[in-house]
Amino acid sequence: MTDATLTRPAFRRGVPPQLIGLGALVAFFLTVELLIQIGVINRFIVPPPSDVIGSFGRVIVEEDVFGRFLLTLSECLIAGVLLTVVGVGGGVLMHRYRLLQQACETWVAAMASAPIVLMYPLFLVIFGRSMWTMIMMGFVAALPPVILKTLEGLSGTRKVLVNVGRSFNLTPSQQFWKILFPAALPTIFVGIRLGLIFALINIVGVEFLINFGGLGQLINELAERYDLPGTYAAICFVILVSILFFMTLEKIERWLRPFD
Amino acid sequence: MLTPANPTTQAAADDAILVVDNIVVRFETPEGPIVAVDDVSLKVKPGEFLSVIGPSGCGKSTLFNVVGGLLSDHQGTVNVAGETISGPHQSIGMVFQEESTFPWRTVTDNVAFPLELTGMPKAQRIERARHFIALVGLDGFENRYPGELSGGMRQRVSLARTLASEPKILLMDEPFAALDEQTRLLLGDKVLQIQQALKQTTLLITHNITEAVQMSDRIVVMTYRPGKVKRIVDIDLPRPRTSEIVGSEAFGRYVAQIWADLREEASRGMRDEEKHTLEHHKGGAS
Repeated sequence: MTDATLTRPAFRRGVPPQLIGLGALVAFFLTVELLIQIGVINRFIVPPPSDVIGSFGRVIVEEDVFGRFLLTLSECLIAGVLLTVVGVGGGVLMHRYRLLQQACETWVAAMASAPIVLMYPLFLVIFGRSMWTMIMMGFVAALPPVILKTLEGLSGTRKVLVNVGRSFNLTPSQQFWKILFPAALPTIFVGIRLGLIFALINIVGVEFLINFGGLGQLINELAERYDLPGTYAAICFVILVSILFFMTLEKIERWLRPFD
Repeated sequence: MLTPANPTTQAAADDAILVVDNIVVRFETPEGPIVAVDDVSLKVKPGEFLSVIGPSGCGKSTLFNVVGGLLSDHQGTVNVAGETISGPHQSIGMVFQEESTFPWRTVTDNVAFPLELTGMPKAQRIERARHFIALVGLDGFENRYPGELSGGMRQRVSLARTLASEPKILLMDEPFAALDEQTRLLLGDKVLQIQQALKQTTLLITHNITEAVQMSDRIVVMTYRPGKVKRIVDIDLPRPRTSEIVGSEAFGRYVAQIWADLREEASRGMRDEEKHTLEHHKGGAS
């Protein structure tokens, strides 16, 4: 063993990166806790992390957090399925029909940066005070990145792969399913990931705004009661939804692309 | 040894399996129309290994696309076994210069790809694919993905995939251009073994003189733009050949002769490129 290996820091000697990430998070919360305790940060604006942790039990027992968690999760799931079907389908159609792409791409891109959440009153009128308002808001707001990334993935397929398909005399359908789609899959997944982020933000945001539904409504109610530790605990559950979605998506991607 | 530019040479007999007749390809560019390929005619006999060699910009790859049916906007005809073709044809198997394996498929699934298209049952196509994998010397790598292989191995997968479609004519466009010289020579041996074992008619597009002489029965030397047939050289070296032949005196003579023909064309190409670069910079500066 050389001197260089002897003096390597701990994280180079096999400490899992996840542990380092977790350690950094714990260090961050400890710092915040300390700054609150010594009065640098106002505890009426940011609650001490220890209070947030302490409020988990209360939020779970008294606020039906699991029911709300499942409601937000299912809204995101339905929006995610719609996004995948319509968004990927839209991207495929725009790639297939050049006129459609030329006519719509700019508008779709513009829609991606538009604050669609502000249209919630319109969605309330159309879908009523139901979970479908949240689902459709999440779906519409998250559609552009899925369409654009699908289009980007399909258009970016290496020309030589397309030529291999042509040299084997593939039909347009075979060319799509056997070459274009698998080649575009990594970029399509990036689009779906982005779409889910947009969907979750919008769903929780609308739940908060109209005070209806799952975790967004809970955050609203707790904030209205000025229960700051409870509010932050509920936000942690929103993050949990996000983590669950990303873990599932990663598993699906790994299953579809085992060579990556 | 050297013959003038004429498609009806002694070697190209009437039983030709591939006849490329009076091909002309023009491209529109911002600087005006360019004749990339000008009146090129070739005949390839069954089992023959013919190489087309020329400097960059001589229209070799354009000719590859015309013969492979990927470029339809041209004058002249391409006949395979008496049939005029006007697009990609199952009789012609193409191996491309760029890495063209499917990264989402294992080596076996890549090679079995053309068999899958024919509707061959899975067990049978895997068995066939394994045969061609063994032929290119990749036994033991059947379940690996292309991302786990070297560049040379990936090109062998592409070659096996094309061979699995059992084409009458193997059409290759500088398949080893991205590889180092030693790997290129060794893969040349592999291609020669396969070509001799299968009696595979092969048309190789290349800019590498050593590669062309190592493998070919005849070499078509092309001019720089517009790409015309300058000369057809019969390579009278014994077969079976291996890369060891590069050390022989006869091999050296062929290389020198072809370079003598190519040097002038390559120099013209280089001067043309320099002129374009200067004009481009002047245009950019003004």
